[in-house]
Amino acid sequence: MGGGCPMKVNPTSPGSEPFSDNVYRQSVRPQAWQNPQPSGVYDLAVIGAGPAGLAAVELATRHGLRVAIIERDRLGGNSLNAGSIPSKAMIRTGRVDAALRDGADIAVSVPAMLQTNFAAVMARMRRIRTRIAGYQSAQRLSARGVDVYFGDAQFLSPGALAVGGVPISFKKALIASGAQSQRSNITGLEQIGYFTSESIFDITALPKRLAVIGGGPLGCELAQAFCRLGSQVTIVQNDPKFLPHEERDAAELLSLALSKDGVETRLNTTVIAARQGKGEKLIDTVNNEVNSSIAVDEILLSIGRVPNTANLGLEAAGIESDAVDGINVDDYLCTTNTNVYAAGDACKAHKFTNIAETSACIAVRNAFGQRTERESHLLIPWCTYCDPEIAHIGMHVLEAKRQSIPITSFTVMMQDVDRAITDGQDEGFVKLYVRDGSDEILGATIVAARASEMINEMSVIMCAGIGMRRLATILHTYPAQSSAIRMAALAYEATQPSEPW
Amino acid sequence: MNSRANNASAGLAALPDEALLDRLQRGAFGYFTAYANAANGLIADTSRADSPCSIAVVGFALSCYPIAVERGWMSRAAALARTLETLRFFWRSKQDNQPNATGFKGFYYHFLDMQSGGRVWQCELSLIDTTLLIAGVLTAGCYFDGNGEEAEVRELSDMLYRRVDWHWARNGEDTVAQGWKPEYGFLHYGWEGYNEATILYILGIGSPTHPLPTATFAGWTLTYQWENLLGQNVLYSGPLFTHLFSHAWIDYRGIRDAFMRTKRSDYFLNTQRAIAVHQEYAVRNPQGFTGYDQNFWGITAGDGPDNRQLRQSHRDRRYFGYMSRGAPYGPDDGTLAPWAMLATLPFGAERAIGGTRHLLKNYPQVCTDDRFSSGFNPTLTCNGEGWLSDGCYGLDQGLLVMMIENYRSGLIWQLTRRCPALRAGLKGAGFDGGWLSDEG
Repeated sequence: MGGGCPMKVNPTSPGSEPFSDNVYRQSVRPQAWQNPQPSGVYDLAVIGAGPAGLAAVELATRHGLRVAIIERDRLGGNSLNAGSIPSKAMIRTGRVDAALRDGADIAVSVPAMLQTNFAAVMARMRRIRTRIAGYQSAQRLSARGVDVYFGDAQFLSPGALAVGGVPISFKKALIASGAQSQRSNITGLEQIGYFTSESIFDITALPKRLAVIGGGPLGCELAQAFCRLGSQVTIVQNDPKFLPHEERDAAELLSLALSKDGVETRLNTTVIAARQGKGEKLIDTVNNEVNSSIAVDEILLSIGRVPNTANLGLEAAGIESDAVDGINVDDYLCTTNTNVYAAGDACKAHKFTNIAETSACIAVRNAFGQRTERESHLLIPWCTYCDPEIAHIGMHVLEAKRQSIPITSFTVMMQDVDRAITDGQDEGFVKLYVRDGSDEILGATIVAARASEMINEMSVIMCAGIGMRRLATILHTYPAQSSAIRMAALAYEATQPSEPW
Repeated sequence: MNSRANNASAGLAALPDEALLDRLQRGAFGYFTAYANAANGLIADTSRADSPCSIAVVGFALSCYPIAVERGWMSRAAALARTLETLRFFWRSKQDNQPNATGFKGFYYHFLDMQSGGRVWQCELSLIDTTLLIAGVLTAGCYFDGNGEEAEVRELSDMLYRRVDWHWARNGEDTVAQGWKPEYGFLHYGWEGYNEATILYILGIGSPTHPLPTATFAGWTLTYQWENLLGQNVLYSGPLFTHLFSHAWIDYRGIRDAFMRTKRSDYFLNTQRAIAVHQEYAVRNPQGFTGYDQNFWGITAGDGPDNRQLRQSHRDRRYFGYMSRGAPYGPDDGTLAPWAMLATLPFGAERAIGGTRHLLKNYPQVCTDDRFSSGFNPTLTCNGEGWLSDGCYGLDQGLLVMMIENYRSGLIWQLTRRCPALRAGLKGAGFDGGWLSDEG
C-alpha cells in the first residue's frame, strides 16, 4: 500500500482463514451489530452503503463532518456483493480457461482434459469479495467515527429519518439507495424460479444449461463467463443487437465473440412465457413470428435495473421520484428537498460504480460547499467486460449527429497493432470521434482485450483537453496495445495538408 | 464439391480486355435466360434446383434486357415480350394481406414460387428487394420508348411504381422498416448505418402517390458513420455489395446530398474509397487467409462453406454458410466473391480487371461457362482445391452485367438520368449538382 491508502485490518484470529465467508459477513453485515444511539443532529445522513454512500462518507469524514450511514443489506452494495466484483472474479477464471484452451495458438500444448472446478471458482470469488470488503468494513467505518446503522431508513420529515424506530436528525442527507434487478412480467417465470444478479453469485453448482434473458452488459458478461466455465448457455435478447447503447460495430463484434465461445445467441427474440418441464425449465420465445422453446436447467434474468425508491418515506421529506428514473435531481444532484441530495444508481441512468462514487462526491461538495459542481460536466468512461472488452467515453456518433456536429471516426483495427498481434489479442478496434475542422476529441469507443484499461487513457486525454495533433506527439511504450490510441492520432495527422519538403 | 475448371472458360485469361469483358458480361447475362420462367418473367434466386424467384433478381433482369438488346444478344422484340410478361405478372398478381399473396401495398414478398408467383418460405414483404425490382421496372420504362406494346411497358412501369405505398412502410417511424409479415407485422431489425438502401429512400421520396417524407432520408443519414479507416476517409459499410447496388442504377458522379457536401465527397468517390479499403484489407490479410492479396479481394454477402469450426494454420477457424461478410470488421472467414472485383469496374478499371485476370489465371474454377460462382474459399480446401460454391446467384450476375455496361457504355446510367422518379427522389433527398442540374 502506498501513502494515503487505508491499511486493512481483518478481524481474524491467528491461524484462521483471513478471507473466509465468516470474515466477509463480519465486514459487510456483522451478526451481533449494535446500532449506535444517535446524539444530536448529524451533519450528513447517508442512505445506502454502496459505492456512492461509502464515497460520500469517506469525503465527509475527511472534512470533519459528523456522519451516519444506514444500510439495509450489506456494506459495499451491489457492486461489491452482487455485481462488479463477483462477476469480474468469475470472468477472470473464464478468461484463463479460454486462454488455456487456445494455448496451441501461442505454441503452448495444453492437456486435452482441462477442468474447471466450479465450486472452487465460486470460493475464489468469495475470497476476493471478502478481501475487498475488508477495506470498508463496518468495524473500520466505525473506528473512523462514522455511525453505521443497519436497517431500513425512512424519512419522517424534511429534516429527519428513522432507522428501526430510532429517529435520526440531519442537516443534509444523501440518498444512495442504489438499484435492484428489474423483475419480469414473463408469464410463469416467477413460478418456476430464476436468478438475478443479486442471487446468481450464491450458486455453488454450475448449471449444465443456462438461459440468460437480456443482452445488456451484465447479461453478456455472465453469458460468456458461464459458457467458458462449462455451461451450455443461450442468451436471448429482445433487441436486434447486444448492448443497445453501444455502436453497431462493437455490438456485432461481441455477437461474433459470444458465438465463437459457444454461446447460443438469439437476437430479436422475445421471451413470452416460462414453464416447468420434466426436470427442466422451458422458456418459450418468439422471433418475428416463429415460436420456439429453449430447455434449460437454470435461468438468469438480466433485463436492467430499477432504482430503489420504495419505502423510503420520500413524500414525508418532500422528495419527488418516479419508478423508472428514480429520485428526481437537478444538475447539482439536489432533490426537490434542498437539504437532500441523491447519487448513484438511485437517480442515474448509467448505473456504474464509477459514476456512483463520483456523483456522491459531487453531491456532498454541493451540499456543504458552493453548489457549483454540475453532474452533466462529468466525462464518464464505462466498459462491458466481455472478451474482447467494449469500452466507451464521451459522445457517440449518433449523439453528435443529433446535435449537428459533423465528426470523423479515426479507426485503428487492433489487428494492425503490433502488441495486439504478439499477444494474440488482435480482435477489436479503437475509434476516436473527432469534430470535423478541428482536432477536438469528442468521444471514443474501444473494443480490445483490455479496453477497460485503454479507455482510461482516453479519459485523461479528454479531461486534459488534448487534441489529436498533440496526441500524435505523445510517446507511448512500444509495443503496447494502447499505442493504437496514438496510431489513430497519427492517422489524423496523415489527413492534414502537408507542405512538400 | 465442385469439379475443376470448365474448359469453356479456360481461354478467358488470354483475351484482351474488351473481349474478356464481353465474354464475362454475356456469360453473366445468360443467367437470366437460363433460370427464367418465360410464362411470367420470374427469375430464380440461384442456379440450384427448386430455387424460388427472388424479386430483386427480377429487377436486375429487367435492367439487363436493354443491355442485351444493345449488345445484340437478344432481339428488341424478345426483350419487350419478356419485359411485358414480367410487368403484367406483377401488375395482376395477388395484392392483399393474405399469407399466400404475391405482394401487399404495392410491395412484394422477397421470394416467390417460380410457377404460381405466390409467396414462399413464409418470407417477408421486402422493402429493399421491392426497391430493386421497381428500379428494374422503371429502367424498362425508360428504355422502351416506342409505341404499341412498348407504350404498355411505360404504362405498367408507372402504375407499378405508383402503387407502392412507401408511406405505409415507415410504420410511423423516422426511417423505413426492413419488412413486414402478414403473421407478424413490421419486422424488428435494426437498419442502422449506410448500406445499399440509398435507392430505397430515393425511389420512396420520388413517389408521386405515396411518398416518403424527405426527412426520412435525413433520418437515415443520421445513422451514418464517417470513418478514417485503413488510410481512407470513407462512409463506412462492411460488405462490398452495399457500395454497389444503388450505383448499378444511379450515376452518383458529381451529385451530392447534404451529408456528402459536408464531407467534401460523393457516393461515387466513396465507393472508390470503400474498394480501396477492401483491397488494403486483403493486402494486410490479418487473419492469414489463403489467396488474399492486392489482386484478390471482395468480401461481401454470398454463399459460404457452411457453419463449421476447424483448426488450421495454428488457429481455430470458423466458417459460415450464406451470410453477409464485410471488411475490415468482419465477419470474414476467407470466403471471397469471385464476381465482386469485376463488379467494381466503373470505379477503377485497372484494379477490377487486374484482379479478375489474376483470379482467372490462378483459380480458373471460379468461372464456369463464363459465369462466376457466388463464393470461393481457397483457405478451406477439399481434395486440394479451395471450397467453391456450386451455385450462381442472380443478384451477382445482374449486378455484374449492369456494372460492366456502365463501364463500357454508361447505358443504364444514361437511361435512369432521364427517369422522373429518380430525379424527383434525388432532388427530394437533397442531392444537387452535376447531371441533376441539367434539364431532364
